[in-house]
Amino acid sequence: MSTKKSCLRGTDIPASSITPRDIAMGRRRFLQASGIGLTGLGGAALGVFPSGAQAADSPGTGLAKLTATRNTRYVVTDKPTDIKDVTTYNNFYEFGTDKSDPARRAGTLKPRPWQVAIEGEVKQPKIYDLDALLKLAPLEERIYRHRCVEGWSMVIPWVGYSLAELIRQVQPTGNAKYVEFVTLADSKQMPGLSYPVLSWPYVEGLRMDEAMHPLSLLTFGLYGEVLPNQNGAPVRMVVPWKYGFKSAKSIVKIRFVEKMPLTSWNRAASDEYGFYSNVNPDVDHPRWSQATERRIGEGGIFTPKRKTLMFNGYGEQVASLYQGMDLRKFF
Amino acid sequence: MPDAQGTTVSRPAARRSTQRWLPWVKVAVFVFALAPLLRLVLYGFTDRLGANPVEFITRSTGTWTLVMLCITLAITPARRMTGMAWLLRVRRMLGLFAFFYGALHFTTYFWLDQWFDWESMLRDVTGKRPFITAGFAAFALMVPLALTSPHAMARRLGGRRWQRLHHAIYAIAVLAILHYWWMRAGKNDLAEPAIYAIVVAGLLGARLIWMLRRPRPGARDTL
Repeated sequence: MSTKKSCLRGTDIPASSITPRDIAMGRRRFLQASGIGLTGLGGAALGVFPSGAQAADSPGTGLAKLTATRNTRYVVTDKPTDIKDVTTYNNFYEFGTDKSDPARRAGTLKPRPWQVAIEGEVKQPKIYDLDALLKLAPLEERIYRHRCVEGWSMVIPWVGYSLAELIRQVQPTGNAKYVEFVTLADSKQMPGLSYPVLSWPYVEGLRMDEAMHPLSLLTFGLYGEVLPNQNGAPVRMVVPWKYGFKSAKSIVKIRFVEKMPLTSWNRAASDEYGFYSNVNPDVDHPRWSQATERRIGEGGIFTPKRKTLMFNGYGEQVASLYQGMDLRKFF
Repeated sequence: MPDAQGTTVSRPAARRSTQRWLPWVKVAVFVFALAPLLRLVLYGFTDRLGANPVEFITRSTGTWTLVMLCITLAITPARRMTGMAWLLRVRRMLGLFAFFYGALHFTTYFWLDQWFDWESMLRDVTGKRPFITAGFAAFALMVPLALTSPHAMARRLGGRRWQRLHHAIYAIAVLAILHYWWMRAGKNDLAEPAIYAIVVAGLLGARLIWMLRRPRPGARDTL
């Protein structure tokens, strides 16, 4: 599996060979219309057919399109996860702790108008309107692996640009050692806030060099459309070599700070969720193994799990950030 | 409880009428108890198991094990409160269904989830994942109860010993709650486990109260 690293260069698979979403969807509609769907489904459930035959009644999200150029440096050979799974299987506790809650309940979130405040140790603190943020740098489509701390994974074509683009604009001072992401906490829009599952607002953070890494993506869309609410509309982070919860959703504030931020999960259970939370098959979660993962939508129920890759397969790009660090201690 | 313990209704007329409809009640209970499995199969064949079918199956079979355990434990209090002695006649079947769903739950874990990775499972069971230790203990305790469920086994063991063995269901219920509680603790969301915990606490608490009220050693009422 370690050979996967090379895939990131995009040399072994041309981006054009990945089935565009509309074509994949069209094929699915055909399966349904022709009645092959049902038998195909049965087969899929039994693991006879690959999940490509699994039907989705979703014709896409129907959200506004986001024009982006595919960045061929960040293409993986893994097959992208069905958009239906990407948008119905989510952890977004502001809308409930069940993974089906966000898709059902996030309709109350208003992703427009939206502002993101840049604060703290920066020469140019300012409040960005969403449209200004969207225009700050050219949008790119990047297909990333996404690994949840719970042991499942997806492959998602995100749309956004490197967070570094924004950071360069606001010019952090020499005191800025970390970036803190504060996400929306409005009980009118987010029914899950009435349960004290975590301390709200949800806070996440990155070290400055992690935030500046070109892989760290300030994300506005997926599958060529604006982010669905349940996926963190209108703007979220995607940090592909870390467990999913490190990628803050529905961001309203980005603060540059001197001290390591106290992140929500770190505060809730510091022995289970460290600040770094790099994907690491050798460091188990205290209550479960991280050696394997279930790729959502891959095969049927009789498909074994995959082996988890160090840094989620992005080691070649990011391992140097952690040189000399004991990743068991700084998990 | 074996029927030999004198738990059937006393009046011959009532017994005759019970005997007439009891088979139908048993069929109804059987169909009801099998419904969750039929639902899973139906969902499997119509792609309604969600994005992570193995997780769905694991949760569904786990939930129904717990539900069947609760219903089994509710039989005695319900019989005591309503006087409907025939309830005891469906308890064995419900208990066996609890075992059945527990076995499906366990099978889902070692096959579909862990894919026969015995080493990893051994680590789970021996303390890496305490919630699995608790769940495994609950399932292991259910095995002897299921094996001694036939009348013939009850006769061979003798009523008293059989009864003592089957009191293990109390430990099983507590372990099952612990299993569910610890599993959900990772999500920081304990609302659902709390509901089951309250139900089990009520069912076991009722027995405790009766035991304390009537401490006669030869009490005929089963706990």
